[in-house]
Amino acid sequence: MSDPSALPSPTPVKHAHPNYVGIFIGLAVLTALELTVAFLPWHKTTLILLLIGLAVWKALLVALYFMHLRFEHGRLRILAIAPLPFCVIFVTAVLMEHFGKW
Amino acid sequence: MAHSVALVHDVMQPPPDREVGTGVYNEKVGMWVFLGSEVMFFTALIGTYIILRVAHPDAWAAPGKTLNVPITAVNTFLLICSSVTMVKAYAAVQDGDQRGLRRWLVATVLIGATFVGVQVYEYTHLIEKGFVPSQGLYGSTFYTMTGFHGFHVTMGVLCMMYVTWKAFRGKYTRQDHRGVEVIGLYWHFVDLVWIILFTIVYLI
Repeated sequence: MSDPSALPSPTPVKHAHPNYVGIFIGLAVLTALELTVAFLPWHKTTLILLLIGLAVWKALLVALYFMHLRFEHGRLRILAIAPLPFCVIFVTAVLMEHFGKW
Repeated sequence: MAHSVALVHDVMQPPPDREVGTGVYNEKVGMWVFLGSEVMFFTALIGTYIILRVAHPDAWAAPGKTLNVPITAVNTFLLICSSVTMVKAYAAVQDGDQRGLRRWLVATVLIGATFVGVQVYEYTHLIEKGFVPSQGLYGSTFYTMTGFHGFHVTMGVLCMMYVTWKAFRGKYTRQDHRGVEVIGLYWHFVDLVWIILFTIVYLI
């Protein structure tokens, strides 16, 4: 028989609290940076890449620390990121179709 | 007789090992599966938006020309604040701080409701200016994407109110606070989606 202690517990796993205020400040700074970058007179493609990079950075901070993915079991992390390859395939496919490179 | 002996022997066999699965409780797995479906839903919206925008670049105004970026930036900041209050509520209940749990949950409900209120205000002003959903691709995609997100925030606020009510009744303890964690996952996901939407709808 399996070890009962290995079974899922109704009590969420406890870990040391991350520095939530520090992450909040990071998100606020990144948002301010986005607002600054968006109105710079730079090339459109550069702006788009920069803005998407900043948005992904913010999204990662939320997922890793606020949603605690950084501290979760490996299998739950796999469950959480499972839809992402499909998202990439979908967006890439529609863009390929548009640019006629498919 | 031999048959019945065999039967008794079978019944006495130890049960097969239970599956540990992901090692977390069912409600949390269920929420992650639901969030996975939500990722696909919003990807469909965003993917459609990208292809329409690339195909018809002239249908969109420059950032800040039609949409009110400053007020939406404030709203973005509010949603980030609400994620912090939510995670502080979760940390409070983990530490057995019931007062902190209730206080942070109330703050999350209030900030979330403010976000929805600001979005209604923004819609009202845009419609007064003539920017309506029927106004071409720009209007229809804007209201579809931000409208669906606003609906998610509204549902989140309602669920959060229920969780807050349960918190005031002392239903969450240091040992069992699944409801707080599960609603928190949903709330942070809504924040995460807004981070992406704010960039691609308002800033690009």
